[in-house]
Amino acid sequence: MTIATGRTAPARKTRPLPPSRLLAGASPDSYIGLATHRKTYTLPPPPSAQPRYSLIDLMGAAGLLGRGGAGFPTARKLKAVADGPGPRVVVANGTEGEPPSAKDQTLMTHNPHLVIDGAVLAAAAVGASQVLIGVDRAHRRALEAMRAALAERTSTEGLGVDLRLAGTPSRYVAGEETGLVQWMNGGPAMPTSVPPRPFEKGVAGRPTLVQNVETLATMALIARHGPEWFRQLGTPDEPGGRLVTVSGAVGQPAVVEAPIGTPIGALIDAVGGPAAELSAVMVGGFYGTWLPVDALDTPYSRAGLLPLGASPGAGVVLALPASACGLAETARVVSWYAGESAGQCGPCIFGLADLSELFAQVAAARANRDDLETVRRWAGEIEGRGACKHPDGAARLVRSALTVFSDELTRHMSTGECRGNGRPVLRVPPPGKTWR
Amino acid sequence: MSVNILRVDPIACVGHGICAELFHEWIRLDDWGYPIVRPEVIPAHLLDQAKWAVANCPALALRLADVQ
Ligand SMILES: Cc1cc2nc3c(=O)[nH]c(=O)nc-3n(C[C@H](O)[C@H](O)[C@H](O)COP(=O)(O)O)c2cc1C
Ligand code: SF4
Repeated sequence: MTIATGRTAPARKTRPLPPSRLLAGASPDSYIGLATHRKTYTLPPPPSAQPRYSLIDLMGAAGLLGRGGAGFPTARKLKAVADGPGPRVVVANGTEGEPPSAKDQTLMTHNPHLVIDGAVLAAAAVGASQVLIGVDRAHRRALEAMRAALAERTSTEGLGVDLRLAGTPSRYVAGEETGLVQWMNGGPAMPTSVPPRPFEKGVAGRPTLVQNVETLATMALIARHGPEWFRQLGTPDEPGGRLVTVSGAVGQPAVVEAPIGTPIGALIDAVGGPAAELSAVMVGGFYGTWLPVDALDTPYSRAGLLPLGASPGAGVVLALPASACGLAETARVVSWYAGESAGQCGPCIFGLADLSELFAQVAAARANRDDLETVRRWAGEIEGRGACKHPDGAARLVRSALTVFSDELTRHMSTGECRGNGRPVLRVPPPGKTWR
Repeated sequence: MSVNILRVDPIACVGHGICAELFHEWIRLDDWGYPIVRPEVIPAHLLDQAKWAVANCPALALRLADVQ
């Protein structure tokens, strides 16, 4: 298949994606019930007060990296929690605050039992007596499926561990691990100063494992099929497949499951290919990076994206049509960042507010050279200066926008004109309403 | 051997700016009055000054971190 693109992108042939693992057997309206699930997956080992290091070694052999955004080696995190004093806690992070991401919701809606198996397995691995699953309370379908799955289990086989499901506030940083932990401790869903990190002192002050729900479900796959099977997909350093939400100007926006290292263009092809001439792709999510369309052959992996200053993040590919202004789209995202600040750190509160205002001027073709310099300087200066990495996301996206949309920028600066048709492409939600 | 770097707790910091006055070799303020601290290891001859800045932060937001 050939991809029509805004600039010169070579014609590519893409292979179809291998069969799903995490979403095997799922169709748009399906809910995989316990009876069906247990035909493939045996009951996970019951958690006890003692860690099971063999399970941790298994995840180490599989080379599993976290799917929540940072790509941290799962076995290392499991070990850090297991080595802490008991009782320990497991938190399943299903908050999915990244607006263009739907993969965790999709996973929980269709295959909730795999997530629960993974959470129970993680509790057995670290020796935890309690499991808390956090799902954004606005993600109704996912929450209902998880609730139904839990009811199915408690009425039949039991869970073997104290496991609770909680609807979390719809705020971006509520999914940041310290924010989620503070909320579970009865406070606002705002990040806290580190150290201590949750693995040292988390829920109720206990060593706490915070793991993304896709990571947990993948742990259940690895426990069932083994590390060699897992490594049949992906790359030696980044094994396995992962869920990616592909949207924007594509045939059929969808969540796909692809081997890590699949070219970005192949991910777009998997959902029907480009639906328009494209000018750029956003990878990783709002907490991500703009890439030019001539980067469509780049493997979607940490190693592949690193040379471009990008990373896979939460598993998002968003195709921007050439009819949109990338600067205007970015301005709307930066304003979302400002609105989602937890209001705790000066550079995040004031820096994001001012950056958002000035970048909007750039997007509206009303900025001068000095303003542009200020935007660049602020983007550099807010980075790394919050308690959490929230401001860093805005800084990175802005920097990539100024590079990838440099032609647009020149036009904005020299003629005061914008070629965008004014129709917004990115769906940017309004700021959340509550921190509890 | 342990060496020292300066760290700000950005939640605790309210932008008094005293640290930048007391230790301007190492700390400057951004456009909103919050400290930007050099990330490098503090040289021995500036360590006393760093400690002085830490001791005088009214928000107790500045600290010396031991790194190996
Ligand atoms: C601003 C911010 C927002 C985050 N939002 C989420 C989220 O919605 N879901 C998630 O799983 N991780 C999120 N994370 C990452 C978590 O802090 C944590 O690293 C992750 O849940 C760990 O899971 P993993 O190791 O399985 O990837 C966020 C991080 C930051 C800095
Ligand atoms: S950096 Fe921003 S979002 Fe993160 S803790 Fe500080 S104020 Fe909150």
